[in-house]
Amino acid sequence: MTHPIIEVANLTKQFGSLAALSGVSFQVGGGEIYAYLGPNGAGKTTTIRILTSLTRRDGGEVRLNGYDIEKNPLECKAQFGLVPQHTNLDADLSVKENLLIHGLLHRMERRAITRRTGELLEYMEMSDRLQTVVKKLSGGLKRRLLIARALMHAPKILFMDEPTVGLDPAIRRSIWGFIKKIRNDGATIFLTTHYIEEAEVLADRVAFLDAGKMVAEDTSANLMAAIGQWAVDYLEESRLRTAYFKSREEAGDYILTRASGCTVRRVNLEDAFISMTGRKIS
Amino acid sequence: MIRGWTAVYLRELFILRRRLAKLIPSWSVSPLLYLIAFGYAVGRHVAVGNHSYLEFLIPGLVAMASMTQAFAISSEINIARFYWYIFDEFQSAPISNLAYVLGEVLAGMTRAFLAGLVILILGACFGVVLSYNPLFWAALLLNSFVFASLAVGCAMNVRSHADQTLLTNFIITPMAFLGGTFFPLSQLPGWGQNLLQLLPLTHAAHAVRAAAFNDPAQAVDYLVLTGVGCLCFLFAILSVNRAKA
Repeated sequence: MTHPIIEVANLTKQFGSLAALSGVSFQVGGGEIYAYLGPNGAGKTTTIRILTSLTRRDGGEVRLNGYDIEKNPLECKAQFGLVPQHTNLDADLSVKENLLIHGLLHRMERRAITRRTGELLEYMEMSDRLQTVVKKLSGGLKRRLLIARALMHAPKILFMDEPTVGLDPAIRRSIWGFIKKIRNDGATIFLTTHYIEEAEVLADRVAFLDAGKMVAEDTSANLMAAIGQWAVDYLEESRLRTAYFKSREEAGDYILTRASGCTVRRVNLEDAFISMTGRKIS
Repeated sequence: MIRGWTAVYLRELFILRRRLAKLIPSWSVSPLLYLIAFGYAVGRHVAVGNHSYLEFLIPGLVAMASMTQAFAISSEINIARFYWYIFDEFQSAPISNLAYVLGEVLAGMTRAFLAGLVILILGACFGVVLSYNPLFWAALLLNSFVFASLAVGCAMNVRSHADQTLLTNFIITPMAFLGGTFFPLSQLPGWGQNLLQLLPLTHAAHAVRAAAFNDPAQAVDYLVLTGVGCLCFLFAILSVNRAKA
């Protein structure tokens, strides 16, 4: 990991009797794509809302690009762009107006806003939509506009909360392409997801979050390698069970010991998550 | 400290521009009904002091419309907050609470100003043109400042859009009828007059009416509106953080 640009220590958040976050700590290096993976209700959105100043934390420390979220709130907010889970564009305004408002909120000059709007719409392949009213855009285009808006002020960090939730597979893959492009241009990306494939394809490092606690954090390859390379799914007492093996040969030998109904496949992040928590992600 | 208010204000102006063709008729309906029912039908042969009842009514309606439209910004904020999540965009931007409140209050005041203009045009259609001097506009703007600031503060404190409707029913509607809009307070017993002096709309209606009739202005009206407006503005600034979960 390079020099940390996101530093989180002992983050806690309580909603009534529910501990949404219990002492979560992690660091994300500059230029990294960091995936925060967990089932619904694990605390992913709560974390991202605290990091983006939308929700108050109960305890812990957060620093973004060296700025403390408590002591330097405005400087902190200038460091990131946010792609929220819910589309929060102004539906009655045009694409251009949405980007203009965001630029002004981030204290950009009008000329810089105009230039950046052109660049970003070209970048997101929607230059022909400048004057389109947002409510007339498709779901995929709204998502691209959300990303463009978050990048408007050229933030060092991009927070993405479930960036492809609800999108069809083709659009999801195109969004992945944009995310990789943004990282290659130098931004640090923190994304929450409950899509296994999304984390596997995009992330340099993955954190597992379960019931408000961080269970593990490493590269996808290391998290998976910790349980093996190959998985065998089999039925036992009408329940689907999985056994993990270091090599395909070992998996093959195991299949021979079972009567029938076995399938062999590569281990994925979901297997790693289940082996650590006993629960599925999705 | 206030950089960024232009973005908040400009957003509301964009929305206002898009909806203006629908808003102007909607702002006209209630005043038109009051003018026809109370001013033209009931009050045709009624005089209040040296003025016809219609002349008495129009400044009161201006004060009332500026109050209701300034306060209506709270509904806009709540829809943006609870349904569209646009409030998150402001909360995650590097702007101060002061800048956010200033932008929203100015938006409420703009709506109030336009709604007041609609009443004056309707009044002209009924043949009533009064004196619309600087004091008249000052009173209108101060009144809208009070209620736009109160609206932003309330919008930050309510937990649902339904709660907001309750506030309107309990605060704005009684004030609209009791704040000297439709009848002269001098008709009431002394204790009633004293009680209604506590309402900012009473002072707004009095100040607007005095200016429109070229009567001498009473400094106390302007001082009360300025003082209450500043308190409500402070309440709004202090309430912004409460809107966070």
